Amino acid sequence: MTGNAIRRIVLEQSKRANVGHIGSSLSVADIVAALYGGVLRVASPDDADRDRFVLAKGHAVLAVYAAMQLHGWLSAADLDTYCADGSLLGVHPDRELPGVDVSTGSLGFGLPVGVGATLAARLQGSARRVFVLVSDAECNEGSVWEAAMYAAHHRLGRLTVIVDLNGQQALGKTTDVLSLAPLVERWRAFGWDAVEVDGHDVPALRARLDAPTAADGPPRALVARTVFGKGVSYMEGQLKWHYWPMSDDEYRRALAEVDGS
Amino acid sequence: MRGAFVRTLVELADRDRRIALLTGDLGYMALEPFMERHADRFFNIGVAEQNMVGIATGLAEAGWLPFVYSIVTFATLRPYEFIRNGPVMHGLPVRIVGVGGGFEYGTQGLSHHGLEDVAIMRVQPGMTVVAPADHEQMATALRATWDVPGPVYYRIGKDDRTVVPGLGGRFRPGRVEVVHEGRDVAIVAMGAVAIEAAAAARLLAERGVRARVVVVASVQPAPVDDLRAALADVPLALTVEAHYAAGGLGSLVAEVVAEHGLGCRLVRRAVGAPKDGRVGSQAYLYARHGLAADAIAATVIERLGAA
Repeated sequence: MTGNAIRRIVLEQSKRANVGHIGSSLSVADIVAALYGGVLRVASPDDADRDRFVLAKGHAVLAVYAAMQLHGWLSAADLDTYCADGSLLGVHPDRELPGVDVSTGSLGFGLPVGVGATLAARLQGSARRVFVLVSDAECNEGSVWEAAMYAAHHRLGRLTVIVDLNGQQALGKTTDVLSLAPLVERWRAFGWDAVEVDGHDVPALRARLDAPTAADGPPRALVARTVFGKGVSYMEGQLKWHYWPMSDDEYRRALAEVDGS
Repeated sequence: MRGAFVRTLVELADRDRRIALLTGDLGYMALEPFMERHADRFFNIGVAEQNMVGIATGLAEAGWLPFVYSIVTFATLRPYEFIRNGPVMHGLPVRIVGVGGGFEYGTQGLSHHGLEDVAIMRVQPGMTVVAPADHEQMATALRATWDVPGPVYYRIGKDDRTVVPGLGGRFRPGRVEVVHEGRDVAIVAMGAVAIEAAAAARLLAERGVRARVVVVASVQPAPVDDLRAALADVPLALTVEAHYAAGGLGSLVAEVVAEHGLGCRLVRRAVGAPKDGRVGSQAYLYARHGLAADAIAATVIERLGAA
């Protein structure tokens, strides 16, 4: 599974549905490709012992729908209902859709649930793992750090947080709105095994995400440096693409860039 | 009530391995029986109620039956949106246990007074809301509801000695319990303040007024049919709650009276807006807000006279 295969679907569906949130889905495309391209151990979406994935930054779910379709969990026809009346595929994920573990959309909610999921696995003696993808600006939320403290204190080693460090938040750059720096050091100070990684290097991400973990080791944080709107030059780093849908011309140019790279 | 809650929960946890107890670092001299007997299923999450509800959601998704415990305000208000987006939205069996409904923490000040919890919990679809009147009813209510589907909110108190005369620990989901009969007025009460309603009925009897006293502990599912029956043959209904008037028991009864076209006049006795920051015992604060037995009885006499 490649990030660009996901990006193509993100562009197609955003255009078809005429909706925004494109930039975030593009920035996480490679992370999602790594997770769904061999990391997540999920025999079926209702297997109780499956790895859990929480998309805490729920507004990027279109990238996950794309991965689910590429994985064969979602039909093309279902994918084409994205944002339609009566669809289970909204702008934020809902657990009613098979394959979605946690309904999200409220920033700061996903990591505490992921901590609970990891604790449950420990209590049940299961080796299943939990991955939580948070946005960088989501780390403005105090509940992220409540959960971070708990997971480190109880050494929930099967928990991995991936921070999508794209530097963009809803009204500006994170450096201007509320500085997160030094983010890797902050996670380390909270007791996490934290490293900065390239959020667009799928093989390296896959290797890191799938590396063996100790059930009672420190939880892991991958602070993944990404580019907001990655893959479409005119969207990269541009706040507009948190909100706007594409014009026909913009859509053609975006597809050409993603297909050509 | 919290003693009865913990004792009963320990018994249930002996039988059901899914039960876990999470606390937001509260419960000194209360939760120890569970901590000692089921240490492997007891978790002090720290002073972090949002995280606590999130963790409970993750546990429940994996098949656990988590009870989360704190003082009413911290158990309900701080993590409210997490309760909504977690257990409610996911339909998961997380149990929120708030200790100190109303003025049980009277001298601690407004930050510790549980005055709007029932209102915000009962608006959530699928949320069972239980507000026992005494410790005997607490135990019965927990045994009757601990494994219902979906989330539950328990509004509990600290008093493990006082009992409401005539209640005998009865509790049925979706039903009321009548503890005193009469047809001149119906006094409908929720929570520990029900003892004042029962006492008011005795004061009224001395004045020749026969009061029916109705205890509502199953707030949701709402005891609609029972309330209709209990209010059908009285000219006056008076609700009594240690809770703000908006959204609580009085509002629930008003909905039933209006929607079913009942003929009784409804008067709500509830907590008014806090004015001056004065603290005091539960009894003092009941008196200050017109919730003591003598004030309830006086209100009934006055309203019956005016009717």
